[in-house]
Amino acid sequence: MAEMNFDELSNIQYDVLRELGNIGAGNATTALSSLINAKIGMKVPKVQLVDIKDIASFVGDEETEMVAIMVMLNGDIEGFMMFLLESSVAKELAGLLMGGMVSEGDDFNEMELSAVREVGNIITGAYLTSLSDLTHLTISESIPYIQIDMIGAIMSVPAIEFGKLGDKILLIETEFEHDITINGYYILVPELASYEKILKALGVC
Amino acid sequence: MGETFKIGIADMATCSPPDKVTTLGLGSCVGIVLFDPVSKISGMVHVMLPDSTKIRNNSNIAKFADTGIKELYDRVVKLGANKTRLVAKIAGGATMFSGNNVEMLKIGDRNVEATKKALKALNIRIIAEDTGKDYGRTIIFDPETAELTIKAVRREPMVI
Repeated sequence: MAEMNFDELSNIQYDVLRELGNIGAGNATTALSSLINAKIGMKVPKVQLVDIKDIASFVGDEETEMVAIMVMLNGDIEGFMMFLLESSVAKELAGLLMGGMVSEGDDFNEMELSAVREVGNIITGAYLTSLSDLTHLTISESIPYIQIDMIGAIMSVPAIEFGKLGDKILLIETEFEHDITINGYYILVPELASYEKILKALGVC
Repeated sequence: MGETFKIGIADMATCSPPDKVTTLGLGSCVGIVLFDPVSKISGMVHVMLPDSTKIRNNSNIAKFADTGIKELYDRVVKLGANKTRLVAKIAGGATMFSGNNVEMLKIGDRNVEATKKALKALNIRIIAEDTGKDYGRTIIFDPETAELTIKAVRREPMVI
């Protein structure tokens, strides 16, 4: 296969990546359900290739405050994965986890931060488990890192990594529905060689 | 009252009073302002990566510190900025998700380094900077006053 470039992804490659997104998000929903001990519905995830320059405005305004949880990947797949959600939603989710106890205001206390980090960890873990099962590739994850900041600044991290390959980024948007609607975004950022491995393992390259 | 032009990631624009130029949510990227204090001809570029020669797909020159700064320099000079008077202010190059020790995420530092190298090659002095640290920044430049305003989440705005 020639050097991979997201700007020139074939239809079949795109479909496979989309399906991976569906399955991964499905598992993540189940994991989230058991975590908060409630039934959670999920809309069909939207998988899109977005221009790097539009990435922040696609998720919201560049200055929208969001929470991002990131894990580094090692093993057959190298790179990182991010899960993002709006700050206010993250706070409600933390509340659900802690039995309705949330601090006042926009700030997160230590307990809430740790709850949100755990949600991110479980969601990315569930996604990566399905990826690993489907491809038979080994993926190990680092501990989760968290950042609360302007979406533009957070997105600079995946944008820079994808930017080495082309001008597009692969974004998976998923909506969980509980008492509140949880809008989350996944970004899987494998290194170039790892994307080729994923597609090869699935027989599409 | 002038307008405020917004530039995106891997993007650039020139600007003169009464207009201003801004870029929102700089993370590990670096925002570079070049301006001539006399003619007040200015420009801003938002670069993502240090070095265009390391990347095969490098047609977008505003994406890289080396080619982006050179192009912005050429544009402001073409508009009449005096080469010997040109000075720079820079901001950004944060390490997002700090606390980790991952080389890849230190791209902010490498972007700042490459920015300084590119400015030095053009003999442009940096008269103010707010770089590094671990948070995102929105920057707004006013060519009239040469003030670069920096905003961040849950912090007081600052002017450099």
